[in-house]
Amino acid sequence: MHLALAPDTIARWQFGMTTVYHYLFVPLTISLVAITAGLETAWVRTGKTKYFHATKFWGKLFLINIAMGVATGLVQEFQFGMNWSAYSRFVGDVFGAPLALEALLAFFFESTFIGLWIFGWDKLPKKIHCACIWMVSIGTILSTYFILAANSFMQNPVGYRLDRTGGKAHLTDIAAVLFQKLNLVVVAHTLTASFLTGAAFVMGISAIHLWRAARRQRAGRPTDLKQVAAMRTSLRLGLVLAVIFGLGTAISGDKLGEVMFEQQPMKMAAAEALWDKEAPAPFSAFSVPDVANHRNSVDVQVPGLLSFLAHKDFHSAVPGINDTAKAEAAKYGGSPSAYMPNVPMTYWGFRAMILFGMTSFSLGAAGLWLTRRKFWLAPEFRTGSFDVPRMMLTKKRELGPAVTGLVWRALIFTLAFPVIANSFGWIFTAMGRQPWAVTGLLRTVDAVSPNVSLTEQLITLIGFALLYIALAVVELKLLVKYAGAGPVTADRPPMRDIKLGGGSTEPGAEQNPDKPLAFAY
Amino acid sequence: MHLHDLWFFVIALLWVGYFFLEGFDFGIGILTRLLARGEDERRVLINTIGPVWDGNEVWLVTAAGATFAAFPDWYATLFSGFYLPMFVILLCLILRVVAFEYRAKRNGERWKRNWEAIIFITSLVLAFIWGLLFAAMVHGLPIGADHQFRGSLSDLVHPYAILGGVTTTVLFTFHGAVFASLKTVGTIRHRARHLAQKLGVLVIALLLAFLTWTQVQTGNPRSLVAEVIAVLAIVAAIGFNFGQREGRAFISSGLSVVAATAMLFLALFPQVMPSSLNPAWSLTATNAAAGAYTLGIITWVAGFATPLVLLYQGWTYWVFRKRIGVQHIPAPVVHGPVHGSHAAR
Repeated sequence: MHLALAPDTIARWQFGMTTVYHYLFVPLTISLVAITAGLETAWVRTGKTKYFHATKFWGKLFLINIAMGVATGLVQEFQFGMNWSAYSRFVGDVFGAPLALEALLAFFFESTFIGLWIFGWDKLPKKIHCACIWMVSIGTILSTYFILAANSFMQNPVGYRLDRTGGKAHLTDIAAVLFQKLNLVVVAHTLTASFLTGAAFVMGISAIHLWRAARRQRAGRPTDLKQVAAMRTSLRLGLVLAVIFGLGTAISGDKLGEVMFEQQPMKMAAAEALWDKEAPAPFSAFSVPDVANHRNSVDVQVPGLLSFLAHKDFHSAVPGINDTAKAEAAKYGGSPSAYMPNVPMTYWGFRAMILFGMTSFSLGAAGLWLTRRKFWLAPEFRTGSFDVPRMMLTKKRELGPAVTGLVWRALIFTLAFPVIANSFGWIFTAMGRQPWAVTGLLRTVDAVSPNVSLTEQLITLIGFALLYIALAVVELKLLVKYAGAGPVTADRPPMRDIKLGGGSTEPGAEQNPDKPLAFAY
Repeated sequence: MHLHDLWFFVIALLWVGYFFLEGFDFGIGILTRLLARGEDERRVLINTIGPVWDGNEVWLVTAAGATFAAFPDWYATLFSGFYLPMFVILLCLILRVVAFEYRAKRNGERWKRNWEAIIFITSLVLAFIWGLLFAAMVHGLPIGADHQFRGSLSDLVHPYAILGGVTTTVLFTFHGAVFASLKTVGTIRHRARHLAQKLGVLVIALLLAFLTWTQVQTGNPRSLVAEVIAVLAIVAAIGFNFGQREGRAFISSGLSVVAATAMLFLALFPQVMPSSLNPAWSLTATNAAAGAYTLGIITWVAGFATPLVLLYQGWTYWVFRKRIGVQHIPAPVVHGPVHGSHAAR
């Protein structure tokens, strides 16, 4: 099939690959830095070492992650110019502005304060050091905001006018780009999903440690109680966050669906494999889209539910793929089928996103319930104090080991589920926009660099793919190693507060200018 | 002055900042092979830039982002025209970021050697390619009437561009050596100073040759002033270095990087990417620029953000101003068995 090697196909593969890869690290980075900041704040305020150990532990995992996030983010920024230069010329005026704002207002923050945080443990007063990690956190959130504003413009262009030849879009209203309804909802959805991702990560890794500790305890081997304390706090924190942000993800996702039904009917019709306009529209529970014939070969439906999701009533009409494609063909020319995204991909991507995302939320809720103070198990099922992983429980620790064992396994097993959900979410949102690069303004085929040869594109596609695979292996190994090792409880917090710029005031510090650095590469 | 002219200089300033800052950290990367003896000294060098290299790199991210916003056509032609060099730059930048962060995260001998090799090679390649790329851009490229790059890789590699690459490589190494002698104590400090002294003659010769070629080719009175400053600054840097005034030597070598970069942009202005096919097809600060509205917004934001950035980045350098030596390098962190309860340094 010669089409498979069209320049835009390779460029799209590269974009998809880079975006999904980059986005494996971003949500974890956003949430882990905030969790680390929260824990460090708890340490600064209470002085309890369990918070200190937890801060160091999650901070280290965060750093392993952000290195990859930053590195792959560079490719994101460069590839618009490299592979999509026609796109860059067309929308640079609009799209470049939020990118420039991101670099100036957010990324400088992030990168500078991260250095201060990593190397500043014995150079900065506690509170300032803690403020540094908050700065990083604010930076990551601002970054998210600006980048999503740029992306939302591609989904639903606003605040621009076309120039006389129609060859360039010019920004006319930055506020419209930054604050359009779609962007606000997308930011809410992305951030809540990021925090759900971090929560599941924290839940899973804490669960591994607590489970191990419980087994060691049962086997009569010594347990590092400091580690258990840090992990127990982390687990509860993860569970609480999973519930809060799981709910937040669901609510913002529902709202986002509504906005997209309004602004991008094609994407949502494809997400539901709804071929023809129906009133009331059913929600598809399971469909097998038959793309060639523009219908579904199998359909299991919940009547009226889609109307409700789209418009909050059970009877309104929802346009289908065929109607929307016809309307677009009439407006922009060409055949209707040219305006249909990949329906099975969109349909399953949408479902996978929800399924994987909500599993961790449900487990968070279950875990929170199981670790609460009062228990629902009959006394005969309650076990003694030592054979139950009591660190999981608060105060009374009564629970059947079978139940808790399952919960541990489930928490560990779903550790990475939200990461998968995020990937499907982006695949859905980018594929659902096709054939448009910028909805209604620029087709993806017209967005690629005309002067870059197929060979060059293949070289970079393969080159990046190989690099990404190699780095994924390295990163995974490191994560497993550091996550598996648990908090280093031999780490001691800085003894006393340090005067800013005055160097350390630890006893004897002035006499010993050769004291090793608190952290070095 | 039009906003797009202003933005030409803002972007020039971002590149100047990038080369000034990441210039010495490329230099440090190269010196891990040329200067350091043994693992501890390599770690000393890497840690002189440890807290700041990430912040330095943002100058590049911002330069690229600002070019995208202020001159979409420049961004599009530059990045798609230099497609393969940009690819190599990306590979190197990615590997370099990861190498710094991951090198000490495991203790295997091979693991560390490999990441150290990557730090050296990527620093070297980046220092070279940036010079090559800027030289090729100033030299002029086959750009068509539609602002598309119409050439191939061979149009980017010619003696002038290669001289540009060699010049930046040696200049950054020198800049890095001066920085190393400013930031370290012990024997490595003295060796860094001696190496800078030895490099001095080569730096002057290369800089003089490359900048004069630029001046003859595309120069104007303003760029000549920049050239003179660049060369005088390097002479001063060598003098201060000889006199063991390390702070002043660093400021001078930095000034030389600044003036040399500025010279390239002054030689370009008002063009941004001259066309070798037809001067009328060149991209200029006017025809490659974004609309006045976009420029206005980013001007406000840059006006607000830049002083802030300079302030907190400056503060970082202040916080980590102490010199370091082998005695400050902690023993590598060793993790115990998987259940690392007794992990200790």
